[in-house]
Amino acid sequence: MSNYKILVVDDEAGIRMGTRRILQNFKVDYPFMDEHIEFEVLEAATGEDALEIIDSQMPDIILLDNKLPGIQGIEVLEYVKRKMLDIVVVMITSYASLELAVKATRDGAYDFIPKPFTPQELRGSIENITKQLFLKRMTQKMNKEGKQIRFQFLSVLSHELKAPLNAIEGYLKIMQERQFGEALVSYDQMIDRSIERITGMRSLIMDLLDLTKIESGNPVQNFEEVDVAKIARASIDTMRPYAIQKDVDIHLNSRDSALMSADSKELEIIFNNLISNAVKYNKQGGRVDVFIKKEADFLTIKVSDSGIGLTEEDQENLFQDFFRVKNSKTRNITGSGLGLSIIKKIVEMYHGDITVESIPDQGSTFTVQLPVDREINS
Amino acid sequence: MKKTILIVDDDLDYLFQMKLKVQQFGFEVITAEGQKEAEHIIDTVRPDLAILDLMMESDDSGFILAYRIKRKYPDVPIIIATAVTAETGMTFNINADDNKQWIKADLYLDKGIRADQLQREIHKLLKI
Repeated sequence: MSNYKILVVDDEAGIRMGTRRILQNFKVDYPFMDEHIEFEVLEAATGEDALEIIDSQMPDIILLDNKLPGIQGIEVLEYVKRKMLDIVVVMITSYASLELAVKATRDGAYDFIPKPFTPQELRGSIENITKQLFLKRMTQKMNKEGKQIRFQFLSVLSHELKAPLNAIEGYLKIMQERQFGEALVSYDQMIDRSIERITGMRSLIMDLLDLTKIESGNPVQNFEEVDVAKIARASIDTMRPYAIQKDVDIHLNSRDSALMSADSKELEIIFNNLISNAVKYNKQGGRVDVFIKKEADFLTIKVSDSGIGLTEEDQENLFQDFFRVKNSKTRNITGSGLGLSIIKKIVEMYHGDITVESIPDQGSTFTVQLPVDREINS
Repeated sequence: MKKTILIVDDDLDYLFQMKLKVQQFGFEVITAEGQKEAEHIIDTVRPDLAILDLMMESDDSGFILAYRIKRKYPDVPIIIATAVTAETGMTFNINADDNKQWIKADLYLDKGIRADQLQREIHKLLKI
């Protein structure tokens, strides 16, 4: 159970009393959170009193009349704003002119309650505000702890790790029970599928290791003058056997060298992921072109393929953790769904940019731009 | 006549294994690899029961598909089979009144269910 403090600022004693009575036994429930919230009402007859109570008691919600004997309600609102206090301010006023509404909203008032109000109106309004405030605080708390993202990530991760295990276990059980007879050859396809799933799982684990390195909170890289073209060439050589198997040609289009200050391991991850995607999602007899171009401020890496391409919807989601393009052409292609999100994280560390252009059935081009000389990780 | 069961899952290995199990229970099986394919199938085929994965093209494909099947064939029992509870701690109590309105499933099963339990649940829903 939580307790929210509501400060009523009004020079009319009747309004303050009424508010206290209306909210006395009022509770707001949060069904998803096993949480209900009760209220404690504080009172101030003037703006000056209000400021004092704000400083000493830190209310959660302020019900604020604008027309006060001394300083006006709007000044109390400005005070809350200026000190960046985590308080929801609701104006209660019978002078709810449009002008005031606009000004108060601009200054951060959350809502208006016109005076006079019925108990029902006040409770309804408080309920909404409370839920909004509760959620906001919960989100802030989770964001601060990185929990929300973490939670999402972990739940998808465990799904991605468990699915192949379940599949392999299922096949092994079928074999254990000899469901297709004694001959091993009857199980060939299941063995192939099991190996395929293990391969997929291994690449997921490798990608996770990359991701952990990037996110270890210690992004200090081994900076050195590196030749990007050389890294690209090494990466192409690594991918070559796979490309030959898929009947895809890889071409490097670059002048002799392209120097920049970077961590060569991170550039390797970028090239390996982009090139392996370009091969993986290509067509038989297709081609991959790698361009490297150094300009005054930027180094541009482009990887183009003649593959299956991406729809606009896929392009939008492409850089999210675990996102995979699902359609009839990709059904036999395995992958962790982490490659591009890893690249994006690296590119962001370099204050660079990654974009994609694609036409379905014709191919995709990924463009990475990295600043050549500048503070990194600042 | 054999009853027909529609199984929808985007994990092709799971789909194959599930199909095998359900065939062994003595049912006719139709499979679909995703929500869209399943929607095509139900245009022309009325299954006697459907077993749906939850997360396919999108995170809630199973719910959407369940809704569409129920709209077309209100009497066809639907099982949503997913591993989501164990992984996320999210629970969907389909018997709670709030959820009944929008989750159009008759039963919610964990994917790791044993074959004999699965068979029992199917029989119960088909009143065999």
